[in-house]
Amino acid sequence: MRSAEPGDNAGPVISGRGLIVRRGGRLVLDDLTFGLAPGRVTGLLGPSGCGKTTLMRVLVGVQAITAGTVTVFGLPAGHPRLRARVGYATQAPAIYPDLTLDENLKYFGTVLGLRGRSLEEAIAATIDRLDLGGLGKRLVDTFSGGQLARVGLAVALLARPDLLILDEPTVGLDPVLRRDLWSLFHGLAADGASLLVSSHVMDEAARCDNLLFMREGRFLAEAPPARILEQTGAPDLESAFLALAAPARQEVQR
Amino acid sequence: MNPEMPLARGFSPVLAGATAGRVLTQLRHDPRTIAMMVAVPTVLMILLRYVVANSLLLNRVAPEYIGVFPFVIMFIVAAITTQRERARGTLERLMAMPLGKLDLLAGYGIAFGLVACVQVTLVLVVSLTWLGVTLPGSAVPMAVVAVLDAILGMASGLFASAFARTEFQAVQFMPAFVLPQALLCGLVVPRDQMTDVLRWLSDVLPLSYAVDAMQRITAAASWTSAISADIAIILAFTVAALVGGALTLRRQTS
Repeated sequence: MRSAEPGDNAGPVISGRGLIVRRGGRLVLDDLTFGLAPGRVTGLLGPSGCGKTTLMRVLVGVQAITAGTVTVFGLPAGHPRLRARVGYATQAPAIYPDLTLDENLKYFGTVLGLRGRSLEEAIAATIDRLDLGGLGKRLVDTFSGGQLARVGLAVALLARPDLLILDEPTVGLDPVLRRDLWSLFHGLAADGASLLVSSHVMDEAARCDNLLFMREGRFLAEAPPARILEQTGAPDLESAFLALAAPARQEVQR
Repeated sequence: MNPEMPLARGFSPVLAGATAGRVLTQLRHDPRTIAMMVAVPTVLMILLRYVVANSLLLNRVAPEYIGVFPFVIMFIVAAITTQRERARGTLERLMAMPLGKLDLLAGYGIAFGLVACVQVTLVLVVSLTWLGVTLPGSAVPMAVVAVLDAILGMASGLFASAFARTEFQAVQFMPAFVLPQALLCGLVVPRDQMTDVLRWLSDVLPLSYAVDAMQRITAAASWTSAISADIAIILAFTVAALVGGALTLRRQTS
């Protein structure tokens, strides 16, 4: 497999070597070796069921590994010292619908180690950043789909993590919100955070600094979008993905 | 294959308190559930009073039921609440954050323990005044045993929820786990009149000791060592259920 291409001088934020995950006898991640460059938005693109979520769960330490090693900031993935430094948003919002927005953020902020003034400031900044102003006192139960998705992200962003693992944060959202979220992701990367963002929607691939194309538990490519287009000679990233998945191309195209 | 994280990585009173506060706030937003948790044992006692009608018999059976009703209600509430944490993904989010398992379990224990105190106070006050139940001595031992039973119910519910894949299954654990205990604990037939096999079964079920303790409290005006022994056994079952709950709260899934 390809190794990391950091692209700048710093070492990789995440480094995986020979990662294998088997779930219920099925091989979900098949010998992955990879790296994640710091200060970039890396897209993890691939069809549903290809192992994106399992890989992300490995990176935050909630998925057991069958073989191989994965380090995050030089520590084993899921190490207690990483838990406040890595923000994680699952596909479902994973918040308490029977609490208000403020109450959700206050609880998760406390768990992340924020107290008193710094907790209040972090909540205010996150609400502002995700454009959730004026919703603080409302039960999350009453939120729209787009608002819910932003609450899930808000919890992940709350403690200003150095690494963000975001599982399909933009899927199913309206175009305006999607554009805003992608500009938020790039803003966070400009501030020094590293992001891994998954999606099964190929038109999001072009918005990433770097891409991991994934299919059936393996990486098809690990490079910036321009390089992938150049290497495959494809007109767009969707065609590039199909070209890289060539042996199964007919099946994909139907 | 993978080394499971240690049972508890320290304990933080702040995080346990924050978790208890969060659980109580969730309840506060759901007044109907609070009303049911607090009022149902009392309503059942009122019903029992009119079903039994004979005041001598009522004096004998009412305390036994005061030990059982809070147990049953706490069991189901705790089982469902924990199952919801799993289903909504909040448990996975918390396990990826710096929250210890003990913090979570203690938070639940504190929150439901406080609710149990309110629940038991109400049922005792109504029983000893309006319903005319009389005790040979003080009501304090009975209150202590009833609250401990409620906490035991909560701990058992937490543990049982680990074996429920869906909320539907969690609900069905109520009859599956609790009704056999209710039949064997001495409520229906005194335990010394049971056949050996049933007697042995009832000896290993925690609710039997709750009913035992209540029977001893109604039989004697003062505290006896036998009551202490029953309470010690109830506490031991509670600790065992909490340890079981901690072991089944997996930070990692395979």
